[in-house]
Amino acid sequence: MIPTAAFLALAALLFALGVLAFFVKKDLLTQFMAVEIMLNAGNLAFLALARSLGKPDGQAVVLFVITAAAAEAVVGLAIIVLVFRRRKAVRTDDLKELRG
Amino acid sequence: MAGLFWLIPLIPGASALALLLAGAKLPRKWAAAQASGAVLLSFVLSLAAFLRLSGGGPDVPALSKTLLSWIASGSFTASITFQFDELSAVMALVVTGVGFLIHVYSAAYMAGDKAYSRYFAFLNLFMFFMLVLVMASGIVLMFVGWEGVGLCSYLLIGFWFERPAASKAGLKAFVVNRVGDAAFIVGILFILAHVGSPEFAAINAASASGLLAPGLVTLVAVLLFAGATGKSAQIPLHVWLPDAMEGPTPVSALIHAATMVTAGVYMVCRLNGLYAASVPASSVVAWVGGVTAVFAATIALVQNDIKRVLAYSTISQIGYMFLGCGVGAYAAGMFHLVTHAFFKSLLFLAAGSVIHALGGGQDMRRMGGLRKYLPVTFPVFLTGALAISGVPFLSGFFSKDAILTSAYAGGHHVLYALGLLGAVLTALYMFRLIYLTFYGEERFEPGPGRHIHESPPAMTVPLVVLAVFSVLAGYIGLPVFFGAKADRFGRFLESVLKAPAGHPSLPAEALLVLAATASALLGIFLAFVLYKRNPEIPPRLAYRFPGLYRLLVGKYRVDEAYDALFIRPLVRGSETVYARFDLKVVDGVLNGSAAATGMAGKGLNILQTGLIRDYALAFVLGVVVFLGVLLL
Repeated sequence: MIPTAAFLALAALLFALGVLAFFVKKDLLTQFMAVEIMLNAGNLAFLALARSLGKPDGQAVVLFVITAAAAEAVVGLAIIVLVFRRRKAVRTDDLKELRG
Repeated sequence: MAGLFWLIPLIPGASALALLLAGAKLPRKWAAAQASGAVLLSFVLSLAAFLRLSGGGPDVPALSKTLLSWIASGSFTASITFQFDELSAVMALVVTGVGFLIHVYSAAYMAGDKAYSRYFAFLNLFMFFMLVLVMASGIVLMFVGWEGVGLCSYLLIGFWFERPAASKAGLKAFVVNRVGDAAFIVGILFILAHVGSPEFAAINAASASGLLAPGLVTLVAVLLFAGATGKSAQIPLHVWLPDAMEGPTPVSALIHAATMVTAGVYMVCRLNGLYAASVPASSVVAWVGGVTAVFAATIALVQNDIKRVLAYSTISQIGYMFLGCGVGAYAAGMFHLVTHAFFKSLLFLAAGSVIHALGGGQDMRRMGGLRKYLPVTFPVFLTGALAISGVPFLSGFFSKDAILTSAYAGGHHVLYALGLLGAVLTALYMFRLIYLTFYGEERFEPGPGRHIHESPPAMTVPLVVLAVFSVLAGYIGLPVFFGAKADRFGRFLESVLKAPAGHPSLPAEALLVLAATASALLGIFLAFVLYKRNPEIPPRLAYRFPGLYRLLVGKYRVDEAYDALFIRPLVRGSETVYARFDLKVVDGVLNGSAAATGMAGKGLNILQTGLIRDYALAFVLGVVVFLGVLLL
């Protein structure tokens, strides 16, 4: 059986990759995918711990996260499409109207 | 029917509510008819309850009904309870009887006014509060009526609020009354704290039994009397009543002559146990009344506005009532209240008829010779003048004589002399008014297309009815010559108002009656000499004594003194506080906090770059720091 630590290491790696991608990439769509990777890294950690502790709680949380992520994807993608329609570009650094 | 006595105040109250809500949509005739009908109904109920009370002999208990329990807080309770004892009966009959006649008169007098239903709504509302005042069984409920009539007084003085003088007069009446009412409330609180019950019976019993310390009794009595000086326009709070003449004349007759302004006298009589228990407080009442009686009469001598003469006359006559109450003759004070209600409302309504005839003029210098134009108004006016002057066998003679006799019998000889002097002055100013208005050359100029005309029957019939009462009302309280039981009024009130202790011997009383008669006739004779036979004398007197004349015309400069002592310092102080504290400190704190917030915002602004990357970085750093702290 694969030890729990391995799963957790993979989850940490995935999360770190997500964070890195979020900071390095400069278009909205890729950053969005980075966020999804971070979410799934979290899911993996939950599932691994749920298995090792023998409790279903972690699995339930994962179901919730998937639901929330689906909703978030709908709203996020809609925003990205609208931004693209207006600006013909989705470069994050150009979007700074909210500067104080 | 007497069992329905608790409806007496509620009927005009309901009518007032209906008129206030829907009055503008009702036909004008209906508004007047509804208002008058409501008061007539109250009068009939009062009469029924009075007959029950007077028919049953002395052991019939007073009618009393608790409508609801109002305040219940710890051991203190106050309920809405109406009672109908002998004193309330007298007041309710006067209020509803005179009130009904004035409603009928108003229907014609106010016929041309655009706010007809508002007028009758306020008049009905006044009847409601006045009847609550006289039928309340405790001082807390009485205070509701007390303030309510003050409100209606304000509303009706300022009825023609488009006129700045009228709205100013209403405000003055309200503010001056507040001064007295502040003392009144403190008095009530003392009673509630030390007696524990707002019921009149409990207060009187506690004062008589010595439950209250003598000093406390005096304090409470004087505080309550301070409220009465405001409501009943006695020195030093008399200044509002002459200005109140800016209101419609029937209002002056009803509120500022017959009923509301006598509420103070009623209050003193209602709490006669309290006042009887304190000699100093009674002296204060008697002296304020006696001095006011003469003081106001001297001002009335030189006024030229017909309604203002009557206003000062009212102040003076209420002074007599307080004089009577102060010397312990509560029934005599009430007796004068009743007769005064008849002849003074008669005089006011007749003056209204004169003003109506002249198309609005109130200045007696622009009247004269009116007696042949006003064949009804003149004789009734003369009747009222004779009654108030104390000419024998008219009502004012008996009631004033009862007060003066009691003052003399109680050993208050200076007060008696003041009363006698006031009687001379009363006859003098009343007949000065008669001669200036109805005799002599015609000094008025009817406007184009106008002619002097007698008033319609709706106005003259109430005048005649009141004139009849002004003559006959005195016979309910005859002096002792007519037999020991001739004073039916005093005997009726005996269970509520204790009779004064001493009675002078018959010859002494005869002398007193002669003195009163002589002073009335002297006043009339003086008026005849000064204003009919030798009208050139008064201007010469004014020329010879310019200081005295100006003092009287200036009403002893009381208004000016209050202005300098209270009003202007208050205004100036407020302006100073506004400039120094409001503008600098209060506004400074507010502006300072706004500026501080603005600066903080500007400082934090640089953090808000608008770049998502920066926010994410802050987020990640935050998590790292948080986890670092958690792990270490």
